[in-house]
Amino acid sequence: MDHTIAAIATPYGEGGIGIIRISGEESKKILSEIFRPATEKPLVPRMLNYGHVHHPETGEILDEVLAVFMKGPGTYTAEDVAEIHCHGSIVALRRVLTLVLERGARLAEPGEFTKRAFLNGRLDLVQAEAVIDLVKARSDKGFDVAIHQLEGSLSREVSRIRDQLMDLLVQLTVNIDYPDEDIEEMTYDSLKKRLSQIGDEIENIVSTADTGRMIREGISVAIVGKPNVGKSSFMNALLRESRAIVTDIPGTTRDTIEEYLNIRGIPIKLTDTAGIRQTDDRIESIGIEKSKEAFNRADLILFILDGSQEISREDREIMELLQERKALVLINKEDLNQKITYQNVAEFLPGARILHTSTATGSGLQEVEAVLEDLVYGGEVKQTDSLLVSNVRQKDLLVRALSFIRDGGVQAEEGAALDFIEIDVKCGWELLGEIVGETVTDTIIEEVFARFCLGK
Amino acid sequence: MDEYDIVVIGAGHAGCEAGLASARMGKKTLLLSINLESVAMMACNPSIGGTGKGHLVREIDALGGEMGLNIDKSFIQSKMLNTAKGPAVHSLRAQADKNLYHLEMKKTLEKQEGLDLKQGEVVDLIVEEGQIRGVILNTGSAYLAKAVILATGTFLRGKIFIGEWSFFSGPNGLSPSMDLAENLKKHGMKLRRFKTGTPARALGSSLRFDRMTEQKGDEVIVPFSFMNDDLKQEQVSCWLTYTNEATHQVIRDNFHRSALFGGQIEGVGPRYCPSIEDKVNRFSDKERHQTFIEPEGLTTDEMYIQGMSSSLPEDVQLAFYRTIPGLEEIKIVRPAYAIEYDCIDPLELKTNLEYRHIRNLFCAGQFNGSSGYEEAAAQGMMAGINAVMAINGNEPFILDRSEAYIGVLIDDLTTKGTNEPYRIMTSRAEYRLVLRQDNADLRLTEKGKSLGLVTEERYRRYCNKKEVVSQEIQRLEETYIKPGQAERLLEEKDSGSLKGRYSLADLLRRPQISYQDLEQLDPQRPILSRHAREQIEVQIKYEGYIGKQMQQIQRFRRMEEKKLPPDMDYSKIDGLRIEAWQKLNQLQPGSLGQASRISGVSPADINVLLIHLEKRKRKEKGKDNGTIEG
Repeated sequence: MDHTIAAIATPYGEGGIGIIRISGEESKKILSEIFRPATEKPLVPRMLNYGHVHHPETGEILDEVLAVFMKGPGTYTAEDVAEIHCHGSIVALRRVLTLVLERGARLAEPGEFTKRAFLNGRLDLVQAEAVIDLVKARSDKGFDVAIHQLEGSLSREVSRIRDQLMDLLVQLTVNIDYPDEDIEEMTYDSLKKRLSQIGDEIENIVSTADTGRMIREGISVAIVGKPNVGKSSFMNALLRESRAIVTDIPGTTRDTIEEYLNIRGIPIKLTDTAGIRQTDDRIESIGIEKSKEAFNRADLILFILDGSQEISREDREIMELLQERKALVLINKEDLNQKITYQNVAEFLPGARILHTSTATGSGLQEVEAVLEDLVYGGEVKQTDSLLVSNVRQKDLLVRALSFIRDGGVQAEEGAALDFIEIDVKCGWELLGEIVGETVTDTIIEEVFARFCLGK
Repeated sequence: MDEYDIVVIGAGHAGCEAGLASARMGKKTLLLSINLESVAMMACNPSIGGTGKGHLVREIDALGGEMGLNIDKSFIQSKMLNTAKGPAVHSLRAQADKNLYHLEMKKTLEKQEGLDLKQGEVVDLIVEEGQIRGVILNTGSAYLAKAVILATGTFLRGKIFIGEWSFFSGPNGLSPSMDLAENLKKHGMKLRRFKTGTPARALGSSLRFDRMTEQKGDEVIVPFSFMNDDLKQEQVSCWLTYTNEATHQVIRDNFHRSALFGGQIEGVGPRYCPSIEDKVNRFSDKERHQTFIEPEGLTTDEMYIQGMSSSLPEDVQLAFYRTIPGLEEIKIVRPAYAIEYDCIDPLELKTNLEYRHIRNLFCAGQFNGSSGYEEAAAQGMMAGINAVMAINGNEPFILDRSEAYIGVLIDDLTTKGTNEPYRIMTSRAEYRLVLRQDNADLRLTEKGKSLGLVTEERYRRYCNKKEVVSQEIQRLEETYIKPGQAERLLEEKDSGSLKGRYSLADLLRRPQISYQDLEQLDPQRPILSRHAREQIEVQIKYEGYIGKQMQQIQRFRRMEEKKLPPDMDYSKIDGLRIEAWQKLNQLQPGSLGQASRISGVSPADINVLLIHLEKRKRKEKGKDNGTIEG
């Protein structure tokens, strides 16, 4: 008997709906264990049923969903298939998928649904090959997860860069096709500057791919430190929003707080921990337990010290725990009188990166981002408990796009005619479009008419 | 009843080229126009060419069409646009003497052997069993024909709007074609409404040109036609002036009186050619809009007010024109108007411009949803050629996107469709570097020759140019110069000094050095025509870019060469999405390449088609071998 398989069948990204597809004999069992219909009635086959996904043991509700069960062989794979339509956020999808896998399914390999369809006689070889080719080439069917691994953070980045290229293209197009109009001609200086900046941004993404993997869930980073050293303020500074509660009273952060963010193209799961310290407060001690757990799981520890106070016994205890770990130490509150020096910390932690920061003034944050980037791209920090993906096609497209943008920059430098530069910019824009699945030249012309007043 | 091979309805820019192409290819042709005074009438701007459009004119000329020759006979100012940019976007534009343009074209039509030019209004088509048989006129006469070309321009149920006033009319006060529209619907044609507009014409003597900026023509006149080397013509100037806040205020105060905003106009207008009220409305932050005052000809004092088309009432037009420097005392001789007309959705046409549902009925020009004299002429010529091909039972004559702007234009119209009057732009051409106006003859004249459209003289010029260019390029590549020899020139041109052995071609590849500059180092150079000199320079200088683009073209052609069979039922192909097979069934693309450009057909669908074609091929092979596939 084949193992029951499951995967996220829709692209990652914000908003919309995410679908988890389960195929195999255990589909029905798994679905009925984790899905609780809103009405008391049992699940109706081949109908979308409204309800919730809950954890069968803890009873915790994970998401509000629509679920459907289809009995084989009249399904895509010719096996029993269940689908859960979730709210589409990465977190919700990941949690539901994790639960499905916990209940006995195995993560589907790329193209595995199609392979099963073929083996089960639903498709002939040619059809199966066709479908597999589609999936490999550029899927808008979303049969497997592989294609979509990157598309959460990557497509957002790529779309942003494409928008910038579009701005350039619209300007260049209007200069070329409407030479008589009362519109400023693009200058080589601004072209050079913008192309070089856009090139750098693409290069950044390419270097991410160079580490051989794009990370699906993100590098897991835990912030630790005794209470009131500024952990929450630091996290907020990174997030630029006040998700965590911050006060001057020690111990206000009583639970772990997870946030997903993107630092220079690296997806990061940041966990703010409650201070690790002895306490009689029961609620706070639960927080401390969780902090320790997050600490143990993290790929990288961000240890924050209060630079305005001497290194305490508690700080030393934490540093003991950091001996075997990849750590980045921040000597915070740089804006106050400093009682801790770089040397003080380096003595304890010879292998760690150490930086001076101030969350109050924002100083040092750039450096923190740079070091994080460096650690990840340099391969020093590796993800441990997540699926790693590399996608040759996307990397190839990025590299090709980059080379066009760089060529365009060289041409601008040499003072080549604008219409030559426009060709490079357009090629770059089109290649990036293949990553996010849109390349329609007409949209440039649409924009030309929308932004400029032209005509007889 | 008189019988013709081909009848062309309408003698505008599309109809003229269609009629000439058909007659020149040996078909007995009738060209009908509601009014012979409107043959090749320039109903809007008094100019031919411009970005992209100039390319089309050169291509029509290279194939043996008339537009280039006709403007060379009737221009009064000539200008090469975009000269600061690369050769691919250099675009020729000429101001025309409108009346002379009309007269010269009419003369050509009258002299054309095999072509009858007649005044007459077609009111109906004769259609039998899905095939065109002829046309019926409002006089009751009828003409039989093996093929018919519809080129009705803006005449078809034309309706003019000036402020609160509207009335059925063709352009420029000519009578509209009302009955034909009704009868086309009767034959099952789905018609839609498009709109365009034209600015007022002013009396030149009422304008103060000293308050405007003079716009002269180029000193060196570059002809449109490859048949002409040097043209002599006294040139007249255009004049530049600007609107101001006062202009915009008058317009804003009267928005409610515009036919456009009043909602009377249902037709869709082009965004690249908005009326002045539209500009003021949509770009309210713009402090001024430019306008060129262009002469309409040498035998009239009428001036065209470019950039200022309008559907506002006459009193408002007068008020806002008078706020513009130089136009304070303006006398309007023809008011601006908007015109709405019936046209077809070009997705109803095959790539040879034949209407899908009536055999041998071809369509061209504004009727197909395009705009512009040049776009119309290009389609007219292709419709004429293809009508002949159809009668002769030959394969359609299709230019693809890598061969000509004409190909881009027709592929865009018939594959992607359009929701507004379509204008060509250089940015619509993917292979712009190869589709230059300077090499249109090298790209197309051979084809024109095999169609029978190219005269002996034109073909001789083409062969001669081709040979001269390749010889001269070879000579430049093989003529080496000593480093010392070129030093002065290089210094003068601020180009780095030479190391090692250099050929004249190597020098020419440097951005700072032109073919002209090399003359001082090159006593043996032959005397060459302008067309040849230009070609040599471009081919050597941009060799690298052109080479790159040629590779792209080869990839593109691979997809174009994967032919899809006609009358295929795409709903039967497993794996195509519903939207895809519906679109494919509607448009019946000729190749996989064309299919990939249809909106609603995704790359995944193309893969499905690829697999399907492969399967089909194997099956057929199996049959040939007499084997049966299991």
